[in-house]
Amino acid sequence: MAEEKRLMKGNDAIGEAAIRAGCTAYFGYPITPQNELTAYMAKNMIDNKRTFIQAESEVAAINMVYGAAATGARAMTSSSSPGISLKQEGISYACGADLPLVVVNVMRSGPGLGGIVPSQADYFQSTRGGGHGDYYHFVLAPKSVQEAADLTYEAFDLADEWRMPAMVLADGLIGQMMEGVVLPEKRDLSKLPKKPWAVGHQGELKRPINHVTSINLVPQELEATVKARFERYAKIKASLQRFEELNIDKSDLVLVAYGTASRIALGALELAKADGINVGLLRPITLWPYPEKRVSELAQQGKRFLVVEMSMGQMVEDVRLAVNGRAQIDFYGRTGGMIPTEDEVYAEIRRILKK
Amino acid sequence: MELLYGHPKSLKPIQTKYCPGCGHGVIHRLIAEVIDELGIQGKAIITNPVGCSIWADLYFDFDSVQPPHGRTPAASTGIKRMLPDHLVVCYQGDGDLAAIGTAEIIHAANRGEKFTTIFVNNAIYGMTGGQMAPTTLIGQKATTAPYGRDPIDAGMGYPIQVCELLATLGGTKYLARGAVNNAVNVKKTKQYIKKAFEAQLRGEGFTMVEILSQCPTNWGMQPKESVEWLEQNMIPFYKLGEIKNTLDGEAQK
Ligand SMILES: Cc1ncc(C[n+]2csc(CCOP(=O)(O)OP(=O)(O)O)c2C)c(N)n1
Ligand code: SF4
Ligand SMILES: [Mg+2]
Repeated sequence: MAEEKRLMKGNDAIGEAAIRAGCTAYFGYPITPQNELTAYMAKNMIDNKRTFIQAESEVAAINMVYGAAATGARAMTSSSSPGISLKQEGISYACGADLPLVVVNVMRSGPGLGGIVPSQADYFQSTRGGGHGDYYHFVLAPKSVQEAADLTYEAFDLADEWRMPAMVLADGLIGQMMEGVVLPEKRDLSKLPKKPWAVGHQGELKRPINHVTSINLVPQELEATVKARFERYAKIKASLQRFEELNIDKSDLVLVAYGTASRIALGALELAKADGINVGLLRPITLWPYPEKRVSELAQQGKRFLVVEMSMGQMVEDVRLAVNGRAQIDFYGRTGGMIPTEDEVYAEIRRILKK
Repeated sequence: MELLYGHPKSLKPIQTKYCPGCGHGVIHRLIAEVIDELGIQGKAIITNPVGCSIWADLYFDFDSVQPPHGRTPAASTGIKRMLPDHLVVCYQGDGDLAAIGTAEIIHAANRGEKFTTIFVNNAIYGMTGGQMAPTTLIGQKATTAPYGRDPIDAGMGYPIQVCELLATLGGTKYLARGAVNNAVNVKKTKQYIKKAFEAQLRGEGFTMVEILSQCPTNWGMQPKESVEWLEQNMIPFYKLGEIKNTLDGEAQK
């Protein structure tokens, strides 16, 4: 039976979805604009007899997640941009050790301490492997409180299935706003995927010993391991590129935007429509794997693009890579915590279309 | 025929990569012997640190997790919270514990995390080739202290007595310091390890055994010289014994 819709703050909905997904260990460190999430977990993990620790730093928190995930538990941490920078070492190790875990980034503006208001300036860091080494991991970008809950829930499954970290990349707006949400069902912990590679209970299970590690000092072997991981990445890229699109067929110009920026792009699309101007919207849901096939098809069909971001232009590079010189690409962005308005985006549409 | 003394089951029967005279191998053996005596091999997990003992997972015959440099106490926290009935051994060097991982050890200890840290203090960075460690003695030479550690004029700070530092924290229940420079100290060190592991299995709180250990290679000495150097220089500054013991129950015996 589907649950009733309830009004929830994005940060709280993420926390509740994680608990329902079977997260048994949460480790976090306070930072705005995701503090409600840590507080939600503090109360609700304890109420559910699960593990919550307010760690001494984001570095410690991600490594607690690393340890918990190594035992096969569904483990998670959340933070915002400066804290995510500190977690990158741990994320790199988790990728190197093929550990599933979930990281939520409720983005704020940077660089440095920057500000505490919404931003999308961590796109490069999230999608390019923000730590050292050759790696990628899932990056899921919600546009609403509902999707923040759904993608957090799904992140645990994706991480487990593909044995890699999954990041939910939200921003301060998604984290702070309240919307109606229907929460997913609570998972039965005994039915979660088995993890034969995890540490613990070795004697009982009578299995060979397990090592969760990323070290390999033999270049030939390490190259083979990384290459095998990249074959997994190729499978993910072939099957899991996800996006939503609107009004594409009628339009020559396609807006490309994710998360909060996609809501603004949608508003601009409607303003244009009211004036009899058709523009399309392509909203990537997976930022890694990026929906490059769809962008490429649209370029092939002769569409042109306007990329809208809350940054100086980061995702636009993935659009350029997919388009590969075959179409005109424009960019409109605001940064520093400034959020583009629908009017600004609409003005840009008119400038481009000379209307 | 009963076997009175043999190779511990929890240690694989292979030769280690450690240099001749290195303390790590002896310490591995002590850990393995105690685990065998407690009959807990199938429920033991080690976090092997970044440092010479990164190789620990090659030698111990039980599960292992390898975290980033200095983050072993955080990872051990995650493991132990998920598997409270397991023996979690957080193996750390002095660079790992007292430099890059200072925050992690202090807070894990203060939270009273119920794992045991085995802190191998060889007063040097072994793996990276002999740089100054937080525990390097005053006047001791290192590649990054070529004229010897000078706390005042060169601003290199003072050697850190980790047991004494952690003793002030409410979460710490058992902090002992042993050494592996001679048979007597090896034997005592094993008793400390056993006490700490038993306390862990009773769920008593944070336990740590610091072990003064030779690094002949990076001290620039022959193995025999290195055990003498440890005796004459390290032990006077790093006092051996139980620095803190607030264990309840049977471990007090
Ligand atoms: C983040 C990071 N910084 C530096 C290093 C390089 N590094 C490897 S081992 C080590 C020092 C190890 O010294 P210690 O913890 O005393 O262990 P030992 O080798 O002496 O047993 C350093 C600095 C690293 N691997 N990772
Ligand atoms: S360098 Fe030192 S600590 Fe490392 S294996 Fe050799 S003797 Fe042991
Ligand atoms: Mg050392």
